[in-house]
Amino acid sequence: MADTKNNDAFVEFERVQKSYDGVNLVVKDLNLSMPRGEFLTMLGPSGSGKTTCLMMLAGFETATHGDIRLGGTSINNIPPHKRGIGMVFQNYALFPHMTVAENLAFPLEVRKIGKSEREEKVMRALGMVQMQDFAGRRPSQLSGGQQQRIALSRALVFEPELVLMDEPLGALDKQLRETLQFEITKLAHELGITTVYVTHDQTEALTMSDRVAVFDDGRIQQLAPPDKLYEEPENSFVAQFIGENNTLEGVVKEIKGGVALVQLDNGDLIDAKPINVAQAGQRTRVSIRPERVEMDKSRLQPDAHTLKAEVLEFIYMGDIFRTRLRVAGKDDFVIKTRNAPDQVRLTPGQIIDIGWLAEDCRALDA
Amino acid sequence: MSDISADGLDANGLVLAADGTPLKRSLARAMRRQKLRALLLVAPLLIFVLLTFIVPIASMLFRSVENDIVSNTLPNTVQELGRWDASTSELPPEPVFEAMFFDMFIAAEAKRHTRLGTRLNYEQTGISSLFRQTGRKLDDIGKVTKKPLEAFDSAWKDGETWYAIFNAGDAPASKNLMKSQRGLLKRLTSDPASGDVNFSPRADVTKLLPKAAREYTAWAIFTAVQDEKDPATRDPWESVYTALILDLKTADLSGYTGPNEDLLKAAQAADLPVPAFSEAFADMDKDWATPVPWKTIQTHSGLYTSGYFLNAIDAQKTDDGVAWQPENKQILLKLFGRTLIMSLIITGSCIMLGYPIAWLLSNVSARNANLLLILVLLPFWTSLLVRTSAWKVMLQQNGVINEVLVWIGLVPDAERLILINNQFGTIVAMTHILLPFMILPMYSVMSTIPPVYLRAAKSMGATNWTAFWRVYFPQSIPGIGAGSILVFILSIGYYITPEIVGGTKGVFISNRIAYHISSSLNWGLAAALGTILLVVVLALYWAYDRIVGIDNVKLG
Ligand SMILES: Nc1ncnc2c1ncn2[C@@H]1O[C@H](COP(=O)(O)OP(=O)(O)OP(=O)(O)O)[C@@H](O)[C@H]1O
Ligand SMILES: [Mg+2]
Repeated sequence: MADTKNNDAFVEFERVQKSYDGVNLVVKDLNLSMPRGEFLTMLGPSGSGKTTCLMMLAGFETATHGDIRLGGTSINNIPPHKRGIGMVFQNYALFPHMTVAENLAFPLEVRKIGKSEREEKVMRALGMVQMQDFAGRRPSQLSGGQQQRIALSRALVFEPELVLMDEPLGALDKQLRETLQFEITKLAHELGITTVYVTHDQTEALTMSDRVAVFDDGRIQQLAPPDKLYEEPENSFVAQFIGENNTLEGVVKEIKGGVALVQLDNGDLIDAKPINVAQAGQRTRVSIRPERVEMDKSRLQPDAHTLKAEVLEFIYMGDIFRTRLRVAGKDDFVIKTRNAPDQVRLTPGQIIDIGWLAEDCRALDA
Repeated sequence: MSDISADGLDANGLVLAADGTPLKRSLARAMRRQKLRALLLVAPLLIFVLLTFIVPIASMLFRSVENDIVSNTLPNTVQELGRWDASTSELPPEPVFEAMFFDMFIAAEAKRHTRLGTRLNYEQTGISSLFRQTGRKLDDIGKVTKKPLEAFDSAWKDGETWYAIFNAGDAPASKNLMKSQRGLLKRLTSDPASGDVNFSPRADVTKLLPKAAREYTAWAIFTAVQDEKDPATRDPWESVYTALILDLKTADLSGYTGPNEDLLKAAQAADLPVPAFSEAFADMDKDWATPVPWKTIQTHSGLYTSGYFLNAIDAQKTDDGVAWQPENKQILLKLFGRTLIMSLIITGSCIMLGYPIAWLLSNVSARNANLLLILVLLPFWTSLLVRTSAWKVMLQQNGVINEVLVWIGLVPDAERLILINNQFGTIVAMTHILLPFMILPMYSVMSTIPPVYLRAAKSMGATNWTAFWRVYFPQSIPGIGAGSILVFILSIGYYITPEIVGGTKGVFISNRIAYHISSSLNWGLAAALGTILLVVVLALYWAYDRIVGIDNVKLG
């Protein structure tokens, strides 16, 4: 075991499993290791086990199997209140019978911190989220965004090294969410806290995180920095889940020189980069981002394969044009083009040729 | 309408409706119609509530101060006593005794003097029997005057002689006297005393012989209305004889020319003896020769009295102000105190027992919660009487609990515990009976407290206990408050359970109220006690509102 243990790992999940009912595994073999100061986001569809992981880390659920370590020591048997982990809940969980200041003082009080120091820390924590003027109010007298700011500063006021946030911005409108996303990341980096952040919203995950763990079916499907996740999804689930994506299905004809020739189900041939395919004859699902599709043959390799496509719909979206095409018998193929002065605007019914660089098209698991 | 501007404002800047009336007024009209319809819809309920709730309470409040029985029964005595200075500790003057004789005579004939005796007995023990005896012996005084007059001239034995003198016939009648005596009887007997009497007092005789006319009229009305006999042929009461002899002492008959002129003049000339009323009363009962009964009558002669309320707090009204009742009669304040304290204990034990159950209810899965809730509500499906009696079976000396304790040897057979017919029994049984009223509001509040608060508190470093005490408990207080108000108010007025298992030491004030309503028939005191109970509850409610805030109370 010792060799698998990463020395700068601060938070570690090792072969963690969780079942609530003894029948289904909600978390299956979770392995995760986070260095100090990292901002990690857990992203995944509903029911994929994100909250469960967070609760196991916080100590509100026990792992059925495996080891969770914090700073190198196993915390499996440490009760939640001794773990010193800050938490921000989706619905803020501000105590309604206490004022904002009392809410913030609570974690300090239970730590038996003196009154004057307590007050100073409370004001400092409120200052971090620009809420000093609201110290005397009750949570019910605050707007949603203000409540979330208070919840955030309450999680930070006792200076935990690890903060967990479970969809903290889920209930807020888009604009407020963006402001708070920025504030949270800024604070996390300034204070050097390690953060585990759970969200449904992939934009949020991509913009905020150092690394994103994509969850599905109780497993981490891919753990990578946002750019890698987007550009180099390791399987078709991740490719589908992150960003907009076109998929085509077919069989690998051959793999040569790092390029796979794939025959689509209607017989057309395309080039792709083999990721999860090893040999000819395997079924595969190829994935290509809409903005990587080329209509201009001159920008492709001379021998590149192209496909015929019929324009179904042209949508003007301001900064980009979004065009829906029928490709290889499927009519949900989308391409995105920049709204540049020389950009062609396609009209429905038009037949065009499309193609791509082999490395932009990933041949993934079927 | 010419001053309406384009944007629908009139000259004063008021907003106008489409038809040009001010918007406010047309809104008010529309609302009024709506309100009226709503009112009509709730009218049956409103009337029902009014009749079954407001009216009984109002009549109870009124009964607790109502006291017209004294002045209705003894109108003239009360008037005469008004001139008497009780502080001199002398007996009242002769006219008081005289007025008392006539008042009591009518009251005794109407059999109403015992009722007054009962009323005054609440204030002064012994008056009841004094009145009863006096009513019986009153005729003796009358006979003192009747016999000599009849002996003097046997014509006085004849009812028609009297009728001829006092009846107006064709002569002018005194309508006032007739009216006032009808009123007197009406107030005394609560009988309307209307109907034909075949008599009206002669105006000139009334002036000459005022007392006799007064008594004769009263007698005539009474005879006609109550006894349904014709006064023309019947002998009047002895009191009429007495009144006539009194009148003859001072009357100037020289100008009188009416019927039986000779008889009257002869009787006056005979100078028959007048009874000494004060001595006669002293002969009937020596209590009348002391100021005590007179003071009592005088003190309690008002139309309204604070006497019942004073009685309700173990005090009484005396001729020199308010004083405490004698030590051995002071029970009500103690009973109020006991009711309050025991209600508090019951409320407290309901909180202690109910809180964990409510917590459990709101923290188990929905299916188990339903099952538990049914168990909580199960007692409601059995009659209150059965549940209380069950406790009797459990708690009595050879009941289940004692048998078990003896059987396991914890208690020797000879010293079985007394668990019932005392305060313990009442507290146990009532805690059991009122427990659901505590659990339900608690549960409804607790089930709205999300468990995430506890998690949040623990994540911030609070131990289980701190998290509960600082975070969960404060949020559950509205439920405790609602449950406590409910249980306390219910228990403070509880009747059946203390009656059955309370013995003598474990009864409540409501048992006393019930006693005064159905056994001692002192409704005034019962009403005063009830009113005090009502006020105590309202005061507690008010205090609770000030301290906790009634908005914080959640019943569901
Ligand atoms: N207390 C529980 N008892 C039984 N099953 C549970 C419990 N909590 C969660 N689950 C189940 O575990 C699975 C994972 O739940 P979890 O809450 O971790 O999902 P999640 O990824 O947080 O979803 P979401 O994005 O909707 O919050 C779900 O199928 C859920 O039904
Ligand atoms: Mg979740």
